[in-house]
Amino acid sequence: VKIDPQRFLAMFLEEAGEHLETLERGLLDLESAPGERGLLDNIFRAAHSIKGGSGTFGFDDVMRFTHVLESLLDELRNGQQTANSGLVELLLEATDCLRELVDVAPSGGAAPPQMERLLGALESARVAGGAAAAPAAAQPVAAPAADLRRLTLAVRPRPELFRSGMDPLLLLRDLCALGQVQGVRLELEDLPALDALDPTRCHLAWTVELDTSAADAELREVFSFVEDECQLAIAPRAAAGAADDPAADPAAAAAAGSAPQPGAAPTLERRAKPRNDGATIRVPTEKVDALIDLVGELVISQSMIEGAIAALPPESAARLRTALATMVHNTREIQERVMSIRMVPISTVFSRFPRLVRDLAGQLGKEVELELEGQETELDKTVVEGLGDPLMHLVRNALDHGLERPEQRLAAGKPAQGRVRLAARDSGGSVIIELSDDGGGIDVRRIRQKAVAKGLIAADADLTDEQLQLLIFEPGFSTVEQVSDLSGRGVGMDVVRSNVTALNGSITIESTPGQGTTFRIKLPLTLAILDGLLVTCGEQKYVLPTLSVLESLRPKVEELRQVYERGELVLVRGEPLPLLRLHHLLAVDQAVTAPERGLVVLLDTEQGRVGLLVDALLGQSQVVIKNLENNYGRVAGLLGATILGDGEVALILDVQGLLDLARRRPPYQCELEPARSPSSSAPDRETSPR
Amino acid sequence: MKSNTRSATAAEAVTQQFLTFRLGEEEYGVPILEVREIRGYSAPTPIPNTPHFIRGVINLRGQVVPVVDLRAKFSMRAVEYGQFTVVVIVNVGNRTVGLVVDAVSDVLSVGPDTVEPPPNLGQGVDMSFLLGMAKTDERLVLLLDSARLISAEQLTQIELPAA
Repeated sequence: VKIDPQRFLAMFLEEAGEHLETLERGLLDLESAPGERGLLDNIFRAAHSIKGGSGTFGFDDVMRFTHVLESLLDELRNGQQTANSGLVELLLEATDCLRELVDVAPSGGAAPPQMERLLGALESARVAGGAAAAPAAAQPVAAPAADLRRLTLAVRPRPELFRSGMDPLLLLRDLCALGQVQGVRLELEDLPALDALDPTRCHLAWTVELDTSAADAELREVFSFVEDECQLAIAPRAAAGAADDPAADPAAAAAAGSAPQPGAAPTLERRAKPRNDGATIRVPTEKVDALIDLVGELVISQSMIEGAIAALPPESAARLRTALATMVHNTREIQERVMSIRMVPISTVFSRFPRLVRDLAGQLGKEVELELEGQETELDKTVVEGLGDPLMHLVRNALDHGLERPEQRLAAGKPAQGRVRLAARDSGGSVIIELSDDGGGIDVRRIRQKAVAKGLIAADADLTDEQLQLLIFEPGFSTVEQVSDLSGRGVGMDVVRSNVTALNGSITIESTPGQGTTFRIKLPLTLAILDGLLVTCGEQKYVLPTLSVLESLRPKVEELRQVYERGELVLVRGEPLPLLRLHHLLAVDQAVTAPERGLVVLLDTEQGRVGLLVDALLGQSQVVIKNLENNYGRVAGLLGATILGDGEVALILDVQGLLDLARRRPPYQCELEPARSPSSSAPDRETSPR
Repeated sequence: MKSNTRSATAAEAVTQQFLTFRLGEEEYGVPILEVREIRGYSAPTPIPNTPHFIRGVINLRGQVVPVVDLRAKFSMRAVEYGQFTVVVIVNVGNRTVGLVVDAVSDVLSVGPDTVEPPPNLGQGVDMSFLLGMAKTDERLVLLLDSARLISAEQLTQIELPAA
């Protein structure tokens, strides 16, 4: 078998990333629960796994660093030290350094400069902790004699041990290196007669008498690679080395482990079990995407069959129809399940914020409590990944600009500690993420001054507070006079909005002076499937994202207005809204040009409500988004394309892109007589949107 | 990824096969390894605001594939599409594009010694999508660099209306 080291390397790097996250999260939690054993175990295990993996790949710096880190963590775990905030700070710093180390390891890059300093700091933190017991404890193994425990270890490999390529001798050696061996006895009672002996199976067991200061977990760690193939029982040897030595009776040795010592885990097997509950498989995303594509195809071919069957006379093909109904049901189920593979909980993004907030608050001298809600909300992996940066900006912004300084807060009658809340929730076909702070709110007067100064608006512009608030998303807008290095570089909010828009989402602001600000991001569950409204224009069908559609209506002639050289308006319940024409923006021939004969779809956009003239509405449909970039390139006004039930390609409209197009295009010149009445007003209705 | 065909024809002493097709009086060829299939022409879905030589997109077994009218792309006189009009689907790297041509001729084996560099037609004439010319007894075939021809750069350049 050829082993591809690259593959394992990629796996190691991915896992190391996860372990680092566990490490960081654990350390942060540790601050509120310094002595929590489970937490400490998790942290230790994460560090240990990184160490193991780095050894395999010969990443010496990583290994050396983790080793020292691990030793300190072990002291915490054994209760030799408690995690005070200074120590946690150091460990967090070490985690960052470790992350950098892991990053540069594959390329053989230079270790980060702070590594040696941190190594020293970790080392001295450890010695300081252990100093009380043994001042000269330089080696991790040479431990204070006071901790020495006299143990009997029953090592019982399963017969299949050899199959995993394990040599029990190595295990025993490792075990013996952890302390002083007082005696080893070979247990032969399972050894069959020579003629029955199977040399591929292990028939031996050992009892080791060991004096050691190592913790049980450390002893068990030796067996971590053979957990399932080897039983290990740890029992103290009779206290003062007195009369009843359990090891005297070989049969009792194994039993001694489980029976008289309820505190010690009886076998390693017990640990293996719960692991299966959340069993996962790592699968490359391309495989999942290919599957999603195929299922999309399946759905399309199915609708073609549906169409063909529908064309048959009703009395025939009854059985075919029944069979098809079952198939439709199953296909839908498959589609849902396959789509759900790509869904990941939003906690993968949220999890980085406790650390960020903690560090930022420290730097800014503010007191901040971060509240996370709805972490289990699931979103498409791509959406979740694309969400990281905009959220990061928003959180930084909330801390930097949103929350006031403690003394200001106290003066305003608020608690000194500010609150930032990050919450996610499902809402129909979309997910809503809210970031709120209880800070000073957005100062619309300053926004106005700034916008006027920057020439974004006229000095006498008549804008509502909401409109003024939206100005912060304009490129180059930043209200804080003093540029800090955290946020307020003048980039940021506009990037936030464009990032969110790129995910087919939208962002809104709600702010009350003195009480705080809430940013609300609305995102589709997935980028692969879109809830769309099928419309016609000319001979083509187009899909409008349902997320941006408010309603549709057929205007009366007297509700239409022309603004000279500026464009058209449509009055919706008395309110004038800009009217765009799809046929004009996309240069479509033979479309309905008289709004009173077509249909106006009201769209919710970042610039407010806008009417879009189309020929007719065909219905709602879930469509699989195919991007045009793969084989072609970006097209203004289009989000992508999709394949309809009849195999025809329909273009998916990008509402924001259409607005941009409208800005660049000269306005539509209304003919005096919008008489031409094309055939397209009676569109082909054969496609049945699901 | 396919290797760079430019260097393959110019430098290496290998015989390559090209699918040849006609555009008016001229004969063109694309490396046969890059041809995925040949299909009859059926009207694609037009894409708005794209160059005039983009006929639209078609559904190629679930993939949305743009269709380029090569006559239009090469600024040749447009003709009515007839029964011989076909779409040659080429696939280079991870891009797939359909090329509308007058008719497919045959498969031509081209040795390295029969290829000449593309003619220099002076400034302003973009010849960058030509690999070279293959000269046999009585034929002259212009060999296309499909990777370059179907690049986003070549297909999306559009004279935007003055903003």
